[in-house]
Amino acid sequence: MSLHRADGIVLRTQKLGEADRIITILTREHGRVRLVAKGVRRTSSKFGARLEPFAHVDFQVFSRRHQPLGNRALDLITQAETIAPYGERIVNDYSRYTSGTAMLETAERLTDAEGEPAVQQYLLLLGGLRALTSGEHAPGLVLDAFILRSLAVAGYAPSFYDCAQCGAEPTQDAPWRFFAVAAGGVVCPNCKPPACAVPQRPTLDLLGALLAGEWRTADASEERHRREGSGLVAAYLQWHVERGLRSLKLVER
Amino acid sequence: MGRDAARGAVLAVYEGVVQDLIDELGRLPNIGPKSAQRIAFHLLQADPVDVRRLADVLVRVKETVRFCELCGNVASAARCRVCLDPRRDPTVLCVVEESKDVVAIERTREFRGRYHVLGGAISPIDGVGPDDLRIRELMTRLADGSVTELILATDPNLEGEATATYLARLVKPLTADGALRITRLASGLPVGGDLEYADEVTLGRAFEGRRSLDV
Repeated sequence: MSLHRADGIVLRTQKLGEADRIITILTREHGRVRLVAKGVRRTSSKFGARLEPFAHVDFQVFSRRHQPLGNRALDLITQAETIAPYGERIVNDYSRYTSGTAMLETAERLTDAEGEPAVQQYLLLLGGLRALTSGEHAPGLVLDAFILRSLAVAGYAPSFYDCAQCGAEPTQDAPWRFFAVAAGGVVCPNCKPPACAVPQRPTLDLLGALLAGEWRTADASEERHRREGSGLVAAYLQWHVERGLRSLKLVER
Repeated sequence: MGRDAARGAVLAVYEGVVQDLIDELGRLPNIGPKSAQRIAFHLLQADPVDVRRLADVLVRVKETVRFCELCGNVASAARCRVCLDPRRDPTVLCVVEESKDVVAIERTREFRGRYHVLGGAISPIDGVGPDDLRIRELMTRLADGSVTELILATDPNLEGEATATYLARLVKPLTADGALRITRLASGLPVGGDLEYADEVTLGRAFEGRRSLDV
């Protein structure tokens, strides 16, 4: 029997039994873990409100066996303290809420193995939630930037300039516009598969800016390019995570 | 031993209708093979009249209970008891997630208006969007202008708050002429609790919704 302490972001909560919840948390040191919080659905719960999705919490786990945290599904959370209640600032705006939920689901899906450290994903999600709550950028752009960078961290970085297949570079005045999801992004005319999307060049520039974190370019983009870009991002993500993300189609742009 | 294997060990012992009963009970939520077995033997030893009554209620509940065409609450006729009661105030409408919430609010005996049951809360991660809830029906009820106050009584958790935010935004155009007021249930400290144990979110809400004391 032992007690561990960790901090992380609550990704999802599921009802368990009469008044308990299973809490999925992306922790800084142990990656994604699933833990049980007893009695948190009761109004008398002392920490139920702290374990809501989006919350950044410092928590204590009671485990019954001497194993590293996260190797079992049902260790118990015994205490939780709020580090930053992002949920409060997200839930008051519906488009922030839907974008934020899609970010949580993306983070959950891209951290496949439970208990396996995923520091970069954790830091990325933390940054994403901060950007979302600060309100400096459109929620849809924050979501797309988060998805693209999460994919890059997971090893699926798309290419928006060089050919994703052969690595050839286009000439400065005539960049390529063929976008093949299966190939990994933009492809040159030689590598182009029979069916591929041909988005507008400003859309590909926007996506490149989102991946690189050039917010000035992204914020100045037009609505039509954002819409087209989010479609490509969604297609690219769904291709790599295999099963579709449920929250993505409910995102309000 | 896996769950199926465990089930198999119990399966091998009984035959015929007793086993059928255990199997059926075992399909209910939170009832495992051992609990199912215990309930089955309790029923075998119980008074036949009691068992008959239980069986009758089970059949009747499936045959007669449906959802109120107006508010979505459980009802034994086309409309539920609250919607049929002429003493209930039709100008105040309380929006809740589930029928269970109607019962909880009725127990307070504080509310004399009518209800609208959404059938859940917006939860994109579970694939539940606004179109899956009875929001269109709510807008139809509000369209004739007879409702003057809309109380959003969704759960005070993330999904409930998001649903309330969505509804408030959707209904806002109707409040422009002052004919409709949107309110949200207060959140705060539980009665009988200690302040030092309250979490920051709840305590923050309690401060937000503080009221003046008239002495």
